[in-house]
Amino acid sequence: MKPRLLFSYALLALIAVACIYPALWTVLSSFRVGNSLFSDHFIPTAWTLDHYRDLFRERADRSIPYASWYWNTLKVATASMVLGTLIQLLTAYSISRFRFKGRKAMMMMILILGMFPGFLSIMAVFIILNTIDLLDSIWALVLVYSAGAALGMFVAKGFFDTIPRSLEEAARIDGASHMSIFMRIILPLSRPIITYISLTTFAGAWVDFIFARAILRTPENWTLAVGLWSIIDSYNSTEFTLFAAGCVLVAVPITLLFMYTQRFLVDGLTAGASKG
Amino acid sequence: MKHRAATAGWLSVICAGLGQLYNRQYVKGLSFILVYAAGIYAIAAKLTPHLKGIVTLGEQGQHLVKVGKVYKNVPGDHSIFMMIYGVLAILVVLLFLLFYVLNIRDAVVVGRRKQSGSELRVLNSSVFPWLLLSVPMIGVLFFTIMPIVFTSLIAFTNYASPNHIPPKNLVDWVGFATFDKLFNMNVWSDTFVGVLSWTIVWAILATVTCYFGGILVALLINQQGIRFKGIWRMLFIIPYAIPQFVSLLIMKNLLNEKFGPINQYFRYFGMEGLPWLNDPFWAKVSVIVVNMWIGIPVSMILVMGILTTIPKDLYEAADVDGATAGAKFRNITMPYVLFATAPILITQFVGNINNFNVIFLLTGGNPATMKYNNAGETDLLVTWLYKLTLDFNQYNIAAAVSILIFLFIAAAAIVMFRRTRSFNEEDMIQ
Repeated sequence: MKPRLLFSYALLALIAVACIYPALWTVLSSFRVGNSLFSDHFIPTAWTLDHYRDLFRERADRSIPYASWYWNTLKVATASMVLGTLIQLLTAYSISRFRFKGRKAMMMMILILGMFPGFLSIMAVFIILNTIDLLDSIWALVLVYSAGAALGMFVAKGFFDTIPRSLEEAARIDGASHMSIFMRIILPLSRPIITYISLTTFAGAWVDFIFARAILRTPENWTLAVGLWSIIDSYNSTEFTLFAAGCVLVAVPITLLFMYTQRFLVDGLTAGASKG
Repeated sequence: MKHRAATAGWLSVICAGLGQLYNRQYVKGLSFILVYAAGIYAIAAKLTPHLKGIVTLGEQGQHLVKVGKVYKNVPGDHSIFMMIYGVLAILVVLLFLLFYVLNIRDAVVVGRRKQSGSELRVLNSSVFPWLLLSVPMIGVLFFTIMPIVFTSLIAFTNYASPNHIPPKNLVDWVGFATFDKLFNMNVWSDTFVGVLSWTIVWAILATVTCYFGGILVALLINQQGIRFKGIWRMLFIIPYAIPQFVSLLIMKNLLNEKFGPINQYFRYFGMEGLPWLNDPFWAKVSVIVVNMWIGIPVSMILVMGILTTIPKDLYEAADVDGATAGAKFRNITMPYVLFATAPILITQFVGNINNFNVIFLLTGGNPATMKYNNAGETDLLVTWLYKLTLDFNQYNIAAAVSILIFLFIAAAAIVMFRRTRSFNEEDMIQ
């Protein structure tokens, strides 16, 4: 083998180790007996499932309501996925398919507003939610995630632009209404983009930390992101194996989903990058 | 009949709906009159106090009133609620004015059509998209535009702990005093300048390392003679697939100075180990390296996508000319990749300026320092802002900082917009 290739393989292997090591280490730690961060062996000498059981057990000396965190996160992510996807599709559809007054201005507004990261105005959102007494509710979180969904509509618009107009015109001649054209022709054709949007909104809500920490106040209402952060923040490294088990349970579904739908995501990412 | 349009217009100026009635659109006319009446009533009776409220922001805070022999605490005006209601009131007034103007225009347009005798078309297809857009737009209005307006207003008040937190105290308009404080008062300006310069250094380093790292890894996999390309690729995508907050919290533990495995390996080889997250310099190195771990897979995916689009005949032509592998790489691959990915640099740069997660979850802005006010050595503007809001209640300073970030991003947005428009026009040519 040529030395150049050998060097390349060595480099690739090194990067691969760096990529896998943190995940592997966490998974192994979650099965290790004891609860400290420190361990003499990379591969545990004694294995246990206690930490996983412990996550779902009530204990008086600490408050880690992991089950309710999981349930909250599931609720928030699912609700925001449904609402957010719907809103995004409707916006993209009307901008892509209709030529109405104010369309250009609207597109420009969406483009520019979409540039502002939502959390810059987190303080105002916080105060507004406080005023209408919605702080500390997971539905407020759903509201915040879905409200801005319209601003991410450019990828979907790009997709709708590629559906030939003749399809709709034919349906219109047959007497189909606007709504039935959308429901019966456009939606079935848009399955790839719907998958992409629902996946990203679901994952976005699943992993968001910023808004969740600002809005949710009592531990029972937290989502997983805030909960896991608080384990590390308040127990530091004394409950590390428990934290590792918690991480594994959070990351596994999302990671599998990502690996499984990789192609969609990669396509969307590439399209999004060139569309701006 | 010549003045029909003008008459209808003037009638609608006097009272919305009259012009429509004159144009014989009775249902429309009556509903316009109703909306007009409701609007005038609402503004006169309900909204005026709120409009006044946003000017005064309340006259008296919580205060003591003598009831019989004891003093009792009586709630006063809540400046922030008054401000929110004031903003809402202004919004309603603006919507009402918009309705009023559109009503006049409608009367004139319909009058003109009647004058010329042309058919009235029902503009169904121009109403439907607005119907679809109404829900998304309400969401954007309340949770994107309102917050931006509100943030800009807060920056011009003295809303901050400890002396101006409602309901106990009032908040007042102070003009540019907050910005003055931020730029000229030493405790604040030192922090601001320090955090700002680290934010810029961070954004540049983070963008450049991830970008070139991604190109390097993509080229490494794509080399001729490397086998199992799919497997390498899948392995390298793993960091992208793991939820960011999880991997960041894990990294925080990996880098733990006393018990973390990284330092354990150092000790195994007889070295001391490094204070990864506790020393100002090493903390900065750590966040950049961890950010590379998270960011390189994304760039790698993008670059690999671009590599497949490079036309094969370019390489064939080069082969015919007898070019070496190095020359092909320098003259075809690199220019192509750089050209196609350059726009992404802007997006990533802006993204890194606002890269909240990496900093907040990894170091929390620490190590703490005496130099800064409410900020640590690795704090970015956004994490500082977050702390100011949620932990220290310095709302006005936080608002001023976010306005400055807004301005910065707006500049980037304009650059982006130019580019997108040129893209759009390219589409049209095709």
